[in-house]
Amino acid sequence: MKIQACLVASILLWPVAPAQAASKLPSPYPYPEPAWTPYLVGALIGLLVLSTLALAGKKIGASSAYSDAAGMLGRLIAPKHIASLPYYRNSKPMIGWTFTIVLGVILGSFLAAWTGGELTGTFLQDLWVARFGTDSAGLRTFVAIVGGALMAFGARMAGGCTSGHGISGTLQLAVSSWIAVICFFIGGIAAAILMYRV
Amino acid sequence: MNTTSTDTEPTPDDKVETGSQHSSPAHSKDLVQDDPRRWPWLEVSVGKLATGLFFGIVFGFLLQKGGVAKLDILVGVLLLENFVVVKVMLSAIIVGMVGSYLLRRKGIVQLQINETNYGANIFGGLIFGVGFGLLAYCPGTNAAAIGQGNLDALVGVVGLILGSYFYALSSKFIGGVFSRWGKRGKLTLPELIGVSQGMFIAFAAPVLAAVLVFLELAGY
Repeated sequence: MKIQACLVASILLWPVAPAQAASKLPSPYPYPEPAWTPYLVGALIGLLVLSTLALAGKKIGASSAYSDAAGMLGRLIAPKHIASLPYYRNSKPMIGWTFTIVLGVILGSFLAAWTGGELTGTFLQDLWVARFGTDSAGLRTFVAIVGGALMAFGARMAGGCTSGHGISGTLQLAVSSWIAVICFFIGGIAAAILMYRV
Repeated sequence: MNTTSTDTEPTPDDKVETGSQHSSPAHSKDLVQDDPRRWPWLEVSVGKLATGLFFGIVFGFLLQKGGVAKLDILVGVLLLENFVVVKVMLSAIIVGMVGSYLLRRKGIVQLQINETNYGANIFGGLIFGVGFGLLAYCPGTNAAAIGQGNLDALVGVVGLILGSYFYALSSKFIGGVFSRWGKRGKLTLPELIGVSQGMFIAFAAPVLAAVLVFLELAGY
């Protein structure tokens, strides 16, 4: 158990190790302003979730789209293997409601950025560059893959992500969602402070 | 997966033990279950998928306009330095909390929540959180980040797909170890505390609004 804990810790903290060469993030950091006031955006997202509940009888989620995508890729590559996994037998990987939501999010965000002149086209974002420098694409790739993998794993275990639990579930006062979202932030704050401020 | 539960009365000539007879309806149904080539590709009707796409477009548009597709703003909330994410989430929760309560009372919407499993919610939540800190986009905002052109979010998709596969793979071996602890069913906060939903919301909505006012007064 102790060896496993050390192994996990060393994998998680590996991205922090090269940060010795990284520069200190300016404090206070000049955060960008959102195009619209966050209160308006939040209120509209609240109305959006109410609309999907009333009109489609569904919540807004995101994370299960990636597990469906993984399963569908698996169905093309090794269908027998996918069918042997209990998770995919219980929730068959198909193009479903959440999958199309996520496709829509990509499209909608593109429209918003395009109309607002905020299209980026950058691999390394400003705050990342301020911390890790411009030659850190390899580190970013590694961190993004490990981060994405942990996040998807955790979302499946917890039963949802920041959309399904964090917004749709919390506003319906689900105990599962409030516990999950508090733990999202505990884990996220710990990892981010280690990465950017220590 | 258990075919015996769907079977009606076992007839004397039902040779279950031999395993050679696959002609009964229960068996052929199981065959479709087991054969991935017979699984459909569309989970719901095309109309419903189009509805999902539409709501997704609106959602993505709002996420980007709210600034939460930006890595800086998402890291900012985790460093407790920038609270745009909190403002968006709490505003959505306040509006949705009051709205869904009213719609439920009128019978227009039903409760759509996940079951509470303390073990799975806590451990899964913490793992998710660490991943969120590393990638800096959550699953929804990762899609929004792709839309606005953040190319690192494409690598995020690779990670998300790998992690989903690892979870499915692990389901073969550890089949929900954590979900056995603290299984409480579809539980809501008012039920947990033992007050009515109306009472809870009458208290919670002003408290959450006060958090937003406090953030503004504190200069965030």
